[in-house]
Amino acid sequence: MTFIEYQALTPSQKASYKIKEFFSLLPGRFKSFFAAIGKFFKNLGLKFVGGCKGYGSRFTKGDFATKLSYIVMGFGNFTRGQVGKGLAFLAAEILYISYLAGFGLKWFNKFDTLGTELTHQVIDEVTGRPKSVMGDNSMLILLYGTLTILLTLVFIAVYIANTKAAYEAEQSVKAGKKNLTLKEELQEFLDGKYHVTMLSLPVLLISVFTILPLVFMILIAFTNYDKQHTPPGQLFTWVGLDTFRDVFKVTEGASKGYTFWELTKWTVVWAIFATFSNYIIGMIIALMINKKSIKFKSLWRTLFVITIAVPQFVSLLLMNQILQDDGVVNVIRGYMGLAPISFFNSTALVARVTVIIINMWVGVPYTILQTTGILMNIPEDLYESARIDGATPVVQFFQITLPYMIFVTTPYLIQSFVGNINNFNVIYLLTGGGPSKNPNLYQAGETDLLVTWLFKLTMNSNDYNTAAAVGILVFIVCATLSLITFNMSKSSRNEEEFS
Amino acid sequence: MIKSYRLSRMISDIVIYVILGGLGLIWVSPLVWLVFHSFRKEGGVSVPYVFPKEYTLDNYKALFTKTDVFDYPRWFLNTFVVAVFACIISTLSVLMVSYAFSRLRFKSRKMFINIGMVLGMFPGFMTMIALYYLLKAMNLTQTLPALVICYSAGAGLGFAISKGFFDTIPRALDEAATIDGATRNQIFWKIILPISKPILVYTVLTSFIGPWCDFILVKIIMGDNRDNYTVALGLQRMTDKEYKQTYFKQFLAGSVLVAIPITILFLKMQNYYVEGVTAGGVKG
Repeated sequence: MTFIEYQALTPSQKASYKIKEFFSLLPGRFKSFFAAIGKFFKNLGLKFVGGCKGYGSRFTKGDFATKLSYIVMGFGNFTRGQVGKGLAFLAAEILYISYLAGFGLKWFNKFDTLGTELTHQVIDEVTGRPKSVMGDNSMLILLYGTLTILLTLVFIAVYIANTKAAYEAEQSVKAGKKNLTLKEELQEFLDGKYHVTMLSLPVLLISVFTILPLVFMILIAFTNYDKQHTPPGQLFTWVGLDTFRDVFKVTEGASKGYTFWELTKWTVVWAIFATFSNYIIGMIIALMINKKSIKFKSLWRTLFVITIAVPQFVSLLLMNQILQDDGVVNVIRGYMGLAPISFFNSTALVARVTVIIINMWVGVPYTILQTTGILMNIPEDLYESARIDGATPVVQFFQITLPYMIFVTTPYLIQSFVGNINNFNVIYLLTGGGPSKNPNLYQAGETDLLVTWLFKLTMNSNDYNTAAAVGILVFIVCATLSLITFNMSKSSRNEEEFS
Repeated sequence: MIKSYRLSRMISDIVIYVILGGLGLIWVSPLVWLVFHSFRKEGGVSVPYVFPKEYTLDNYKALFTKTDVFDYPRWFLNTFVVAVFACIISTLSVLMVSYAFSRLRFKSRKMFINIGMVLGMFPGFMTMIALYYLLKAMNLTQTLPALVICYSAGAGLGFAISKGFFDTIPRALDEAATIDGATRNQIFWKIILPISKPILVYTVLTSFIGPWCDFILVKIIMGDNRDNYTVALGLQRMTDKEYKQTYFKQFLAGSVLVAIPITILFLKMQNYYVEGVTAGGVKG
């Protein structure tokens, strides 16, 4: 369809065309998303193969010193005037080997079984009294085993870099060039290799305190680490995909499978209602504040924004108290001669509606903040011509403002959808997941989201493997949604123009 | 004709004022209730009327004098110390990462950005248990440094906003400096940072506010070591069933005392955020 044809359509046809276009493009977007993931791994593989090839060819082409640095790291650099660099490589090798010998290897050896020996009592031969022998701790084996694997990967990278550095040093000596001294090499880190300086500390912190725990928890999903297998008293071991099967399988009575599907349904319903109620109400309020003839704009804005500024745990705990059976809302209802409502302890429906409404109180100010700027950018002539054609404000809102906003803010909408799937605070502080009237829910109440269930599974019932599996599933959904919108949004496209 | 137009506009304005006023009232009334009842003298958790009958400062005084069960001043100090250190480390991490991703070009830069984004999408508490055992292995559980680590270690992943800001600074600045012989290090400290004040302040404030608002991580790391609680966890403890009757008014007073500085900082931060984003838009 050309632009002129599009302009000739009636507004409702335009809208339906837009919607159709969005959904017809969706499969393509998914496809390109998965293609991008495939390409990412393909590139990674190619890089790896390339690295290996270079590794072999450098060995055959290099001279004796270069060959020796395949075993004694840094030897090549050391003999060619780069004493500091050579020593650094050698130190890395010694550190890694002593780590393996003193610590890593003994944990890594048990990684395949995660330990076989329980703590038990034996008779001490000397004293004749029983004494206990420390058995294996599956948790520590998994943790330190993962650490060893990650460190080994890092070491392999350093090792490859070492062979490359040795070969390059040899080549430059042959070409009659002088190799950089340590001081020059270090100065390079402030200029040409500045990214290494900038990234090394954050990457180190993130690796140790985010990636290592994350890999550990992902691995937990494939073990039977639950309340019957809790170290140090008991051992746990690999069980493959059994945990995921438990999470998906619905059985009679209270089961994880039933709970998972029930909570998934509620999480989706919650995310849709929470996102759109906040979005529409927030936008209407923002529109009212931004109307030209309205005065005290910043006062109105501050009035709403101040609720974000108050720490969420304060405002939500407060809301929780206000809505209790004997809280102030029911007191006011009493004045008006109305029967008190039990907001959190009666039925699932009442509690669910309550959290959605309270979430509006929490979330609408965010929308007001974020949409104010965009609303001011809607071209004024659109409204002018609409007014001349006799459109009422309501028609203007549905025909101009809303389509424009949805068009511009789709990434923001999907972001807040993802945010609501992960909205831990509101549920945890308001209802704590209650009411728990449904006996078939395993360790969960009727307003629990998947993330609060995850939290309860780890904190209350020690079902670590189920919690990890649920976490992975939530991640897959959120990551897919976010990456698709990220690729759609302008920021990623514009970025390339910059370079 | 014009008269009736004016009239209808006036009516619609009045309607809007009424609606805004009503909604504004709904939005701030819980907070007003919080402030008023933090001065309430009588009653326990709640009273069967809206405004307190007698006002007193005792709730605030009790926070600072009756410290045997709930040591509020100490928690306040704990939170402050943790927030300052976490703030320094996270601000540095965020600025370093976003500067590298935005203005330096190196191999596998795209890959790092993608990995960073994906890591940020895992539910935060998934790693809590592993993190706990990791800190335990380092003998750090129940200490304040553990909290600093938790709040600041992953901060580098939040590079998106400041990277967006750095992206908008014209590349010509760097090029001119390079021609004059400046290294990338000098460009960062002497050119980019001084003109990035809005985003710098924004980053500092967000990372400073973080520790005041979290109570989940503290709960797991501190366990029963009450001496090292932060304000958020301590206040949450006051609303536990066994303490609620006695300490609820203190909880209200304590909340007011935390909320005031955080609110001021937040409103400040909001200005810098807007300034940073719009300033970027104009330059780009």
